[in-house]
Parts: sequence; C-alpha cells; structure tokens
Amino acid sequence: MVAITSPAFKENARTALADPGLQKALGTAKGAFLQRRAQAVANLPEFEQLRDIGRDIKNHTLANLDFYLEAYEAKVKAAGGQVHWCSTADDARAAVLEICRKANARTVTKGKSMISEELGINAHLEAHGIRPVETDLGEYILQLRQEHPSHIIAPAFHLNREDWEADFRRLHTDLPPDRVFAERRDILAEARTKLREKFLQADVGITGANFLIAETGSSVIVTNEGNGDLTQTLPRVHIALASIEKVVPTLEDATSLLRLLARSATGQDFSVYTTFSTGARRPADLDGPEEYHVVLIDNGRSNMLGTEFQEMLRCIRCAACMNHCPVYGAIGGHAYGWVYPGPMGSVLTPSLIGIEKTGMLPNASTFCGKCESVCPVKIPLPKMMRHWREREFERHLTPATQRSNLALWGWFARRPALYRAATRAANAALGLLGRGKGSFHSLPLAGGWTAGRDLPVPEGGTFMARYAKEQRRR
Amino acid sequence: MTKEAILGAIRRGLKRGPLPADQQAMLGGRLATHPRHLIPSRSRLPRPDQVALFIRNVEKEFGTVERVPNAEAVPAAIADYLAAQNLPSRFPMAPHPELTAIPWSERPLLEIEQRRAEATDQVSLQHGYAGIAETGTLMLPSAPERPTTLNLLAETEMVVLRASRIVGAYEEAWDRLRAESRDERSGGFMPRNIMFVTGPSRSADIEQTLELGAHGPRRLHIILIDDDPAALPMGEATAPPPVAVPGGPAAPGD
Repeated sequence: MVAITSPAFKENARTALADPGLQKALGTAKGAFLQRRAQAVANLPEFEQLRDIGRDIKNHTLANLDFYLEAYEAKVKAAGGQVHWCSTADDARAAVLEICRKANARTVTKGKSMISEELGINAHLEAHGIRPVETDLGEYILQLRQEHPSHIIAPAFHLNREDWEADFRRLHTDLPPDRVFAERRDILAEARTKLREKFLQADVGITGANFLIAETGSSVIVTNEGNGDLTQTLPRVHIALASIEKVVPTLEDATSLLRLLARSATGQDFSVYTTFSTGARRPADLDGPEEYHVVLIDNGRSNMLGTEFQEMLRCIRCAACMNHCPVYGAIGGHAYGWVYPGPMGSVLTPSLIGIEKTGMLPNASTFCGKCESVCPVKIPLPKMMRHWREREFERHLTPATQRSNLALWGWFARRPALYRAATRAANAALGLLGRGKGSFHSLPLAGGWTAGRDLPVPEGGTFMARYAKEQRRR
Repeated sequence: MTKEAILGAIRRGLKRGPLPADQQAMLGGRLATHPRHLIPSRSRLPRPDQVALFIRNVEKEFGTVERVPNAEAVPAAIADYLAAQNLPSRFPMAPHPELTAIPWSERPLLEIEQRRAEATDQVSLQHGYAGIAETGTLMLPSAPERPTTLNLLAETEMVVLRASRIVGAYEEAWDRLRAESRDERSGGFMPRNIMFVTGPSRSADIEQTLELGAHGPRRLHIILIDDDPAALPMGEATAPPPVAVPGGPAAPGD
C-alpha cells in the first residue's frame, strides 16, 4: 500500500507551495483542463440532463448492488472468465499474485489503474520476483522516478518537460547520451520504443476498469494512448482490477455515463479508445488473452453504503473536481498524502483509511462549491466534507485550541445580543487601530491568518448594523 | 466465503436482506430490456448530414477519411494513400469476406496478407463494423475475421467502412450488434473484445499538451465506401430515391 502522509498535510502543503518546479508545473497545466471541459460541455446542450441521468443510474445500481454483482459474475463465467471476490487489499494482492504465479509470469505490463495504487500491487509483485511495468506514459515515468501519481487521470501532473528529459537521459542508458529532445514528441517516441519491447515480453497484463456491465459480463477501459489495449490484448493472461461500485446494469447505462466521462475528464467528446472486454479468447480468434480474470475488490466500499458517504460511490473518477479545485491547484496532489487527491480524495480517503489519519483533508477546503458544480454525477462533495468535520469533532480528533475556540464562538453565537455587541466593539477597535492604514499586515492572535494575506481595516458598522439600517430605509 | 461476506456486507449497509423475488424479476427485466436514456439530438439528422457529421468528427479528432464510390475503387485509393505517405505496400489485412472480395489483383503491387498484426508491421487494414456519427467513432468488435491487433500495433491503421454502416448514436450501434452477432461461448452477443476508436492514439501526459502517436497508431485513415444512395451528399444522390433504406435516418424515439 502507498505510504500514508495525510497526517502531515500542513507540512506537505507548505513544502508544495515553496517548490518552484511543482508551482511551475501547476501553472502550466492550470486552465488547460478547465477550458477543454467548458468547450465540450458547451457543445452538448443535453449535458445537464445527462448529469441527472448519470446520478440516477449510479443510485439505482448502488441500491441493488448485490443483485447486479451476482448477475455480472454469472455473465463473466458464461463468457469463459473468472471472478475473484476480495474483501480486503490483502485478499486482492494475494489473488493477483496467485494468477501471475500460475501463469509463470516474469514480466507483467500494467494499464493505468488507481485501484492498483490503492492496493500497492507493484510492490507486492516485486517482492515476489515478478516485474511490473507501467505502460501509461505518465505512470511509466513515475515508476522510473519511484513516485506515485499526483492526479487520477494525469499522473505526472507535477512534472515539467525538463524532468522528463532528465529522467530519460538518466535511466535509458543504452541510448546515446547526447541525443536531442527538440519536441515533446521526441520524448513520447522514446517511451513508445522502450515500452513496445515490454508489451511483447509480458506474460500477464493488468488493467483497471472504468465500468463493469452486468448485462454482458464486460469490463470497460478508457484510454487515449492505447497502452491499456496493448496490455490486455498481447499477454496470455488478462487481469482486470475493479472495485465493487464499478458495476452498472446495461450497455445503455454505461453509454450514458461514457458521454459524461471524457467530457468531464479531458474535455474530449469521447476518449480515443473505449474498450469492452468480455471473457477469454474465443476458439477461432487470432489474438487476445487465453485467460480473463476479474479481481473484484471491496476494500472498504461496502462500509460506505447506508452512511452519509454512500453517494461518494457514484464517483466515475473523471478528476473534474480536482481540476477545478483552488486548493489542488495551489498544492498539487502529493500533499494530500495518499492515493486519491483533491475534493474526491478528501471525502474518499477518510472513508477508506480512517478519519484519524486524514482529518486535515476535509478541512482543506474553502467550500467554494466548484467541485460539486462540475461533478458529472452530482456528488455533494462539500456537504460530505462537512460530515467528516462533524465526525472528527464528535470523536475529539480536532486539536484542543480549535475545539476551545469553536466552543467560545458557539457560546457567543447562541447569545445574539452579546454576539452583536462583541462584534460591534471589535469592529470599532479594529477601525480605530487601523485608521488611515487600509489594511493590517499583522495582528495579535491572528498571526496565522495574516501570515499569508492582509486583513482589510473595517469600514462603517458591522454587517448586522448595516443590514438593520437598510431594512429601516425601506 | 469471500463472495458471501461481500454480499452480506452490502446488504447490511443497505439495511435489508437479499432482494425479494418480485424485485429481482423487475431488475432482471431491466437487464433484458436495457432501456435507452436520453440520446443527444446532434446525430438525429438526414442520412447525408449524418455521414457528413461522422466525417467531420473523425477529422476533428485528427483522423482522415477518403470517400470512394464502390469496393472496386478501394485498391487504388489505398495504393495512392500509401504512396503519398511513403509507406510500404505490404501489410496485414483482416480476413473479412467484405475485404477479401475486393478486387485487389487490379493493384498487383499491393502485398496483402490475411492475418493478425505483428509488432513489425508498419501498416494494417481493418474491417469497420460500424461508424458512430455522434463523435466520429469506429466500432470494431473482435472476431476471427476482425483481429484486435490490427487496431493497435501498426503506426498507420487503415479501416474500410461502408457508409450504410454509419449510425447516429452509440445506442444504434449496440442494437445492430445485438441483432447481428451471436457468441457461441457465452450464448450472448458480445464478442471477446469491442474497441470504440475515435482518432489516432495520443497522450497529453507531458505538460498536458497533446501529442499524437502514443502506443497505438499515429495515423487513422478511413476509406468510406458510398454504398448507401440515401447517404450521398445532396445533389449526388441517384435513383432509387433516399427512402426505405435499411439503417436509414434515426427517427425521434428511435
């Protein structure tokens, strides 16, 4: 499993803000996804209606999840595939290893899969003498750098072109050291050549799944590079990793969700390759894997059903929420400290690894609401972050000073007359103190706030005083 | 057993036991009838416009399309394309009856091998099952006569598609497959693999900047055979008049 650094979120964020390379990468990337998504949405007048449809399909499936999973399994078996049910990450790692061992696998190619990161499949295979090779371009360089993805659809979001060139020179030592990378496409071409060998060598191919389809027993992957397809077509064995909430009833349901996915993710109308895999190679086929396995993973999802976090299971992993998040845009994905960054991670991570270690995440939000407004399946992310804050408070996980300050505020807030008198006094005092200054660069007891910005000097009365005045004027 | 443990945990979360029989029958009915949801109106067009939309969308996604009047014109179109791109004239072709029936002998310089693709192939020729106008997407179901590797390994993928196989929305393509395909192993209609391909392969992993030609083909070239008189560009249609053509324009509620 990926090491958890979420408890150090504040330090992580501080480091991220001071990292010039990361800030440059975030600056380059910023806006690209937003513009493309906005354009794709503008070109599809029915997009808003499709969001409601997407939400309803997922809600219907979750309410009947047991039924659809059993129907799905029956269809996989009928098509010559196998389903391995796994409650925990340990179960799933063991299942993957056993399939690889039975196949006498030495090299395993992998398509991009976030659940694989969640399970820590690579480390587990390596520990048992099997070599996993990431084939998504972004995942490939991260594997070379021994890093983890910082974004769920653009794993190398935090890197600059210089990083790619430097790493390729450092690690592809069989190539002339003075070769020239004149264009980004030269980097891409080198990766293509290197990975082509791996695709052909691999004994097993591991992919994730964007959807599972109960009607047909199919797993669906969505890629632009074609690496996922080479991974699941060329080796003798294909393993699809999927968590239980990926199932949808029919091809029509998946189709409606696919209309939302690429537009929300990269701003494409449709990804280059959307592929449905159903069972193993048929007798007369000229290519395709001889074995087809689905490792079906719970790992904490079923615990979310029936709670205020059930709606999080609608997530189709498009990354629109993090692309539009001002916090993610400032600190990148690694600061969140585990597999899933951004708003969806701030809700999902506490559900999967516990609020004890991850309390900072649902607090790392301005509640601007942009994430919910772009979510293709309308997950109320800010509301659920609030629920996590409540749980954190109830379980006495918030720091003592924060608790006592909140209690003090609560005491005043329940006494409106006193509250107004106190804010009036504070307002007047600040106004007096800062007369002629415009703003405060620092303030006693508010150092944390003024460290990063100035506080404007209050002008005129308090909000309530001005509100009352306006009402009287009417 | 893990399966029972997971199903049990799901039911505990949903605060109920296994679904009652009538509820299961209802859900089974939903699977069997697979109702359509909202289909965007953009592909509900007269046939000529639907084909034009398909071509426009392929080109928007960096694919290329050449329209030819009939199957007899395919060998010349391919020979000219390969020559113009400075590509080898030897390539693997899907062993599909519609492709093998093409009079290749008229272009004796083309060396065509009916087989799957190998890593050394620079060019491949695939058979297109259907085209989806909505997004300019090819539907390529695997079959002995349509190997998946032909979609993936060569730097240049050529696809022969008949205009009568262009539909408006994905749902129409699913219905064709349901009606036309039979999979002996599963007893259903799904082949082992179906690739929906929209343009050539690409990556934006380096600084979120799009570059074509990642692991799959760098070029996608579609040779479109105008076998559907109703789908010809306006003014070119000849008798019979553009009515009652199978797979004709999608009507509202289709």
